[in-house]
Amino acid sequence: MPQTNAPAVSLERVTVAFGAGATRYVAVEAADLSVTPGEFVAIVGPTGCGKSTLLNIVAGLLKPAAGRARVQGADVAGVMAPCGYLFQQDALMPWKTARDNVAVALEPKGVVRAEALTRAQDWLAKVGLAAFGDRYPHQLSGGQRKRVALAQMLIRDPQILLMDEPFGPLDAQTRALMGDLLLDLWSADRKAVLFVTHDLEEAIALADRVVVMSAGPAARIVAQHTIDLPRPREINEIRLDPKFHAIQRAIWNDLREEVLKTYQAQAGGAA
Amino acid sequence: MSRFTLLAWQVGVAAALLAIWHVGSSVSIFGFYFMPKFFFSTPADVLGRVWKMFATGVVWRHLWITLTETALAFVIGSVAGAGIGFWFARKPKLAAIFDPFLKAANSLPRVVLAPIFMLWFGLGIWSKVALGVTLVFFIVFFNVYQGLRETSPVVLANARMLGMNDRQLMRHVYWPSTLTWVFSSLHASVGFALVGAVVGEYLGAAAGLGYLIHEAEGVFDVTGVFAGMIVLALFVIAIDWAVTSIENRLLVWRPQPHQQS
Ligand SMILES: Nc1ncnc2c1ncn2[C@@H]1O[C@H](COP(=O)(O)OP(=O)(O)OP(=O)(O)O)[C@@H](O)[C@H]1O
Ligand SMILES: [Mg+2]
Repeated sequence: MPQTNAPAVSLERVTVAFGAGATRYVAVEAADLSVTPGEFVAIVGPTGCGKSTLLNIVAGLLKPAAGRARVQGADVAGVMAPCGYLFQQDALMPWKTARDNVAVALEPKGVVRAEALTRAQDWLAKVGLAAFGDRYPHQLSGGQRKRVALAQMLIRDPQILLMDEPFGPLDAQTRALMGDLLLDLWSADRKAVLFVTHDLEEAIALADRVVVMSAGPAARIVAQHTIDLPRPREINEIRLDPKFHAIQRAIWNDLREEVLKTYQAQAGGAA
Repeated sequence: MSRFTLLAWQVGVAAALLAIWHVGSSVSIFGFYFMPKFFFSTPADVLGRVWKMFATGVVWRHLWITLTETALAFVIGSVAGAGIGFWFARKPKLAAIFDPFLKAANSLPRVVLAPIFMLWFGLGIWSKVALGVTLVFFIVFFNVYQGLRETSPVVLANARMLGMNDRQLMRHVYWPSTLTWVFSSLHASVGFALVGAVVGEYLGAAAGLGYLIHEAEGVFDVTGVFAGMIVLALFVIAIDWAVTSIENRLLVWRPQPHQQS
C-alpha cells in the first residue's frame, strides 16, 4: 500500500554506472531528488548527461549502482504500476494501428476491448489525432507518433508521469499547444510529473520546479529552482511575463556557474 | 515505367525467346539446325503438349500432388522453425549449446537425404514433404531467431511499462514480431518447399511434376521435359502471386520500401 504522505518519487544519493572494470562509465553520481505528489518537476541538462538514465531508474528499468530509489514510499523493484513512461525513442508497437496502440494500454487493467477502443478514440481526439486512428506508426509523423504515445500513457491514468522529451520533434507552435494540453490534463487531477527537456523555456513554463543537471560523466544535480509563476498558465502568455525572464536569467546564471565549476574541476583533475 | 509498358516488354521478351527457339529448331541453314529438334523440341510442339496436358486433364493430379507436398512441407517446416526459433531466442543458453549442430545440419546438401527419406517414409508424398521440411525449417528458424533477438528493446520496455504480464507481452509483442519474421521469409520458404517436393519427386515417385519431368527424360521425350518445365514455371508464378497477395494483406503495417522518401 503506498503511503499517502510519502513523496511520489524520491532518489537518495543515486549513482548509475554502465559496464564494469576498465569500461565502467559512471553516468550519474549521487543524485538527490524528491517529487511530491502533484508536483511538476522538469529536468534540464546538456545532452548525454543522464536525464533518460534517471527516468529509467525511477521506472524500474535500470538498477542504481548505489543509493536508493523509491516510488510512493516503496523501493523501486522492477517495473511498477504507478508509473507511466513516455520514452524518448519511438516505442509504439509498429504492428498495431494508432487506435490499437492506445487501446492495448487498457488491456492489463482488464477493460473489455470494445470499451477500450471507444476510450482510445476519445484520447486520440484529445491529442488532436481523431482522424488518424487507423494509421500505422510508420504512416505518422514523428510528432504524431509522440502524441499517440502520450495518449497511450495517459489513458492508463498512472499516478506518476515520466516524460522524456515528449515534444522534441514538434514545431514551436504545436509544442506550445501540446504543453497547454498537458497542463490542462495535469491540473484536472494533479499527478506527479518528471519531465525531461532540452528547452529551458519550456521547463520554466510548465514546471513547479526545474532541476539542472551538470554534464557527464558522473553528472550531478547542480541546482533546483522553484518556479512560483501563477497557475493556470498559458505557455505563450507566460513567456512574456517579466518574472519569467528573471527566473530564466537566474537559472542561466546558475547553470553557467555550475558548468564552469564542473569544467574547472575536470580540468584540474586532468592537470 | 507504367504497368502497361512493363507488361508489353515482358511479352516482347517472351515472344523473342520463342521466335529464336522456333527459328533455331525448324529453319535449316545449309542442312544444319541451330537448335536440333531432338535436343530442343519446338515451341509449337511443347505448347501443344502443355495444352494437351491440361485439356485431357492428366496434369491436374500431378499438380495437386506437388501442391499438397509443397503446402505440407511449408506448414510443418514453418511451424517447427518458428517454434524452435522462438524458444531459442528466449533461452540463449540452449541456443548456444545447439548452435554448432544447427549450423552443421544446415550445411548438409539436402539431396543426399532424399534416398534416406525414401527408405524411412516410402515413395509416397511424405518422403518429399520431409525433404521440403528440412529446407523450410532452417530458413524460418534463422529468420525468427535473429528477428526476435532484435526485437526493439524500447518497444518491449514500453509494453512492460503499460503493465503487460508475460502472456500479454507474448500476444502483443513477441507473437507479432515472430509472425513478421515468418512472413518476411515467406517467399523463400514457399520456394524451398516446392524445390523439396519437385526434387523428391524427381528422385523417385509415382506422381507429381518432378515425376512427370523425370519420366519424360527417361524416354528422351524432350517435348515432354520442356512441357513439364513450363507447367512447373506457371505453377511457381501462380504460387508466388498468391504468396505476394497474402503477404500484402498480412503486413499492411510495414513500411513499403517505395513509400519511404
Ligand atoms: N546502456 C548503456 N551503456 C553504456 N553507456 C550508456 C548506456 N546508456 C546510456 N549510457 C551513457 O550514459 C550517459 C547518459 O545517457 P542518457 O541517455 O541518460 O543521456 P540524456 O541526458 O538522456 O541525453 P539526451 O538529452 O541526449 O537524451 C551517456 O553518456 C550515455 O552514453
Ligand atoms: Mg535522453
